[in-house]
Amino acid sequence: MAKAQATGALAVTANDLRSGTVVFRRPDGRWSEEVLEAEIALTAEAAQALLAGARADHDACIVVEPALVEITMTGNRPAPRHLRERIRAQGPTVAYGAAAAN
Amino acid sequence: MYRYDEFDLGFVRERVAEFRDQVARRLSGEMTEDQFKPLRLMNGVYLQLHAYMLRVAIPYGVLSGRQMRKLAHIARKYDRDYGHFTTRQNLQFNWIKLADMPAILEELAEVEMHAIQTSGNCIRNVTADHFAGAAADETVDPRPYAEILRQWSSLHPEFSFLPRKFKLAVTGAAADRAAIQVHDIGLEAKRDAKGDIGFAVWVGGGQGRTPMIARKLRDFLPEADLLAYCEAILRVYNLEGRRDNKYKARIKILVHEKGTDEIADAIENEFASLKGKALDLPAAEIARIAAYFAPPALADLPARSAKLEAAKAADVALARFVDRNVSAHKRPGYGIVTVSLKPVGLPPGDATSAQMDAVAALAERFSADEIRVSHEQNLVLPHVRLDDLPELFAGLAAAGLATPNAGLVTDIIACPGLDYCSLANARSIPVAQRISERFADLGRQHDIGDLKIKISGCINACGHHHVGHIGILGVDRKGEEFYQITLGGSGDETCSIGEIVGPGFPADRIVDAVEQVVDAYLGLRRDPGETFLAAYRRVGLKPFQEALYADA
Amino acid sequence: MPTPETALWRAGAFAADDWRFPAAGEPVPADGKVALPKARFLAERAALAGRNGPIGVVLESGESLADIEDDVPRFGLIVLRFARYADGRNYSTARILRDRLGFRGELRASGDVLRDQVLFMLRAGFDALEIAHAGTVATLKEGRIVGVHRHYQPASNEIGESAAGLRGWQRTSRRLASN
Repeated sequence: MAKAQATGALAVTANDLRSGTVVFRRPDGRWSEEVLEAEIALTAEAAQALLAGARADHDACIVVEPALVEITMTGNRPAPRHLRERIRAQGPTVAYGAAAAN
Repeated sequence: MYRYDEFDLGFVRERVAEFRDQVARRLSGEMTEDQFKPLRLMNGVYLQLHAYMLRVAIPYGVLSGRQMRKLAHIARKYDRDYGHFTTRQNLQFNWIKLADMPAILEELAEVEMHAIQTSGNCIRNVTADHFAGAAADETVDPRPYAEILRQWSSLHPEFSFLPRKFKLAVTGAAADRAAIQVHDIGLEAKRDAKGDIGFAVWVGGGQGRTPMIARKLRDFLPEADLLAYCEAILRVYNLEGRRDNKYKARIKILVHEKGTDEIADAIENEFASLKGKALDLPAAEIARIAAYFAPPALADLPARSAKLEAAKAADVALARFVDRNVSAHKRPGYGIVTVSLKPVGLPPGDATSAQMDAVAALAERFSADEIRVSHEQNLVLPHVRLDDLPELFAGLAAAGLATPNAGLVTDIIACPGLDYCSLANARSIPVAQRISERFADLGRQHDIGDLKIKISGCINACGHHHVGHIGILGVDRKGEEFYQITLGGSGDETCSIGEIVGPGFPADRIVDAVEQVVDAYLGLRRDPGETFLAAYRRVGLKPFQEALYADA
Repeated sequence: MPTPETALWRAGAFAADDWRFPAAGEPVPADGKVALPKARFLAERAALAGRNGPIGVVLESGESLADIEDDVPRFGLIVLRFARYADGRNYSTARILRDRLGFRGELRASGDVLRDQVLFMLRAGFDALEIAHAGTVATLKEGRIVGVHRHYQPASNEIGESAAGLRGWQRTSRRLASN
């Protein structure tokens, strides 16, 4: 994941330090819970710049565990490529709590 | 049940204050994530896939109604209205904010609970037989010793930074329901010919990527020596356990690499210097703690309940429930009720806050206000009058908790897997759900009989697949979920590690494969009384391999 | 050992270090308090036997008491280095020194010494801390360490009063005062 391919689409994800919520880095440098709002890097240089910004936010105690994730584009809709990251972005694949019990 | 005194309460409150200070320093940036991580883990706080997770200790699996209501309250107020009971008698909340942790810990302290040492490289929550104090086959109630060990291991100044996590389990019955042979230290409390209490001490068992069955170092350690001996084991491990490779850091590897004799000698040497000093357990102190665990006031009843028999005759569902979910109590006229958290098609071990409240109310009414959490991810009501079973059954059914499948093929253990866990390689819960749906027919389940399926979503084996009669291990194969099957594992007193049956199966084939294994068993068992495990031990892997890979 | 960036906290107060730690190749001074790495101590043990001043030893992370157990009574100082605070071997070594070998000299923790471990270290038998972490120094100076002072184990160094309660192994330690 960390190794950026020059042509592969990448986004930066992390967890919000206070809430733990999964977040994605937006073009304006803020963080969103929506992968649809993520900034997509298409070159290794862009990906490293994106990650550098995320690391600065890590050091500033805004997020934890920033990492690059591979993205596949369907039209202009980005989604994480690997199952683990899709589950992070979209939540568990199983119903839980009262929704499951009913 | 054990009740906190002023000292215990003060201890937990101080720990909450300490953790509040640590969280504040992390949020303010005074502490880095690298510095904070081991500290938060020592208080049960993980960062999982979706959020922070809080693991609450349920020491040796014992809960009161009031404590269960508090867990329900926390689930409602701070989480998404449910919790997950784990294979180590803990409860996990999956969607907690770091900033809320101190408030939650304060709420837990109000009901004499905490999250101390539910993770981290320290001595973890001490587990015990979930039928302790109630089981007909019990020789010694393990709970007083588990409580003494809990206290001794809490914020131990020497053993808070071990090479790796360290798990103790205690039982007091010949039938091992606590899986003591797959723990770092397993203790079986027993009596000698004179009636004195002592412990068989097993060391170096464990699951994970290198499963090992523990070695018995003592057959009868006198009870007064319990803490000194455990301290000796921990000291040898702390000094000599490997710290260069986290996958080789458990005590099982130390015992394996150095040999049982050498480790036993080192422990006995250390024990000789600790014995007879401050850690000796005085009889008066044991008696004082044991008094907390005195049996509840139970009535003298006939062994057979005419009321229950009549109700069973009229209601086949009740009869099935009693057949599977009620175990023998040491007092006539009482039973131990397993409350299954494995309804067909739902995530194993999960309970909604409404269900927790329901169990609390039923425990208060029918079970002397006692609840147990089992390592098989079920709840237990340990002291129920047989006369009350029809009414209890109705109450459980109303809460969706009357699934009559204890010990059957759908009573599946599963770790949270890739749906929640940041370590997982594959999903566990959907596999469990699909297997339980495939075997949903109750008549078929009862015909198959005792069969433990255990599923882990990675090699860390939180789903105990190594000791499943049928074990399933999820792996990642080039980005795809694959599942390996092991057969013949068992976590009881006849402990064995399951053997890998052959190549793994993709997600869309694993349920068929399990069914093929079960069908093969049904075809080869001598009679319906021969359980899956007994049949496997008689015939070995081969017939199952033939059934699974006939087309290959 | 203390560099300008480290502070020595000893028996409840910050103090100037009166021990010297000769660098490799630097001769051992004829008098005064001198502490040496374990290997050098072993190599020069015979020559040091006749020395006037107190002698100490420094154990790096992972070094055990093997070969120096018999020398323990002559040490005035034993330094145990923590390369990482999560490496807990030194806690056992400290307790063995205090409880089994009867070491009564200064037992000093150095390296990755942080406020969250201070109480563990003291109860394991350390009575001196060589601290590089500025936040920990400040917190100790201001008496702001928040920790748990009720204990379920007898310790090798009971910090302050040890109130035996109902349980034989129950202890209460004193809060660390500011100075």
